[in-house]
Amino acid sequence: MAKIIGGLTTSHIPAVGNAIANELFEEPYWKPFFDGYPPIREWLDKHKPDIAINIYNDHGLGFFLDKMPTFAIGAAHEYIGEDEGWGIPALGAFPGDPKLSWHIIEGMVADEFDITSCQELAVDHGFTVPMQLFWPGAPNNKDLPRTVPISANTVQHPIPTLNRALNFGKSLRKAILSYPEDVKVVILGTGGMSHQLDGARAGFINKEFDQMCMEKIVTDPEALTKISRRELVEKAGAQGTEFLMWMMMRGALGDNVKALHTNYHIPISNTGAGTMMLECTD
Amino acid sequence: MDLANFDHHTPIPGTTLFDGEQAMKGYALNKMCYSFNGAAAREEYLADPEAYFDKFSLNEGQKTACRNKNVLEMIAQGGNIYYLAKFAGIYKLSVQDVGAQQTGMTTEEFKEKLLRAGD
Repeated sequence: MAKIIGGLTTSHIPAVGNAIANELFEEPYWKPFFDGYPPIREWLDKHKPDIAINIYNDHGLGFFLDKMPTFAIGAAHEYIGEDEGWGIPALGAFPGDPKLSWHIIEGMVADEFDITSCQELAVDHGFTVPMQLFWPGAPNNKDLPRTVPISANTVQHPIPTLNRALNFGKSLRKAILSYPEDVKVVILGTGGMSHQLDGARAGFINKEFDQMCMEKIVTDPEALTKISRRELVEKAGAQGTEFLMWMMMRGALGDNVKALHTNYHIPISNTGAGTMMLECTD
Repeated sequence: MDLANFDHHTPIPGTTLFDGEQAMKGYALNKMCYSFNGAAAREEYLADPEAYFDKFSLNEGQKTACRNKNVLEMIAQGGNIYYLAKFAGIYKLSVQDVGAQQTGMTTEEFKEKLLRAGD
């Protein structure tokens, strides 16, 4: 049977894609950020997951406002990192696992989560930057797992509630654990943390709120469901709503997790950057 | 949940929530910006911006905001920052340049503000 071994979180800032392309790992600005990843790569090297469920939010590449799915799941043989329009290098194809994708879609819809399935899905920096951070050289890394991308809408309100995001993860977990093949699965929750790109409040970052979220996501994710969407915008910034991806990830890990590694650094681009490695202990 | 208690329209200073109302208002502008994912579209735009505005049926307010490259005006016209970022990219503006413009700072001052957020 399929097994979920843990969850990884990371911010997915586009500037990181450029920093990777230009190999700025040792630059003083970037070093405190990139130093957060080697312990996670060692853990991945030890466990070698077969599958990465990559929970991210599309930023206007895979979806437009004409049709905006609240929750979309990729069901393709591969996912292409395409041109986003502002200079981040386009990456090649990331291998999918459509059989697992359809198993998850079947399971979650049976569990009354209504999913948009995607047989073609261009993936943006929200998907590709975390893959590059965890599997250097991705998609050209021999240990690169097959992926199932899951995108939640944070472009246009109404966005999902934090409670819905956590419950999405719980339903995702049930679907994965019922998959009959012996595969090891890691769940990625990407995006955040606090940042706001638009308006007179651009540049807003909230260290105290981010650190509270990083603590509670481990010990008491249910407490975070009390945060309203308006409060999330107010405390995390207009684009800090990407924290929903972390909640979806956390719901898929089961009740008990151990935080093996955390890193938090301000600023990367306009963002408070948070990285965590959570191992399932249930 | 009591549907009468939807709270997401309560104002947050300096913040425009991009909701259905904004999404309808800015549809043409955002659709134009979405097209800039493609290199050929970016070239077509740069060759004749006015013709490109008309191709996507931008209204006068949206055209003026684009001509001025003014992000706050574009947001007021229904622009969504994720799509506007693609417009900014054509002019090689980073998110710090965009942040500086919206907050009336130089880009260096804006970067300094971000650094101070870590203190």
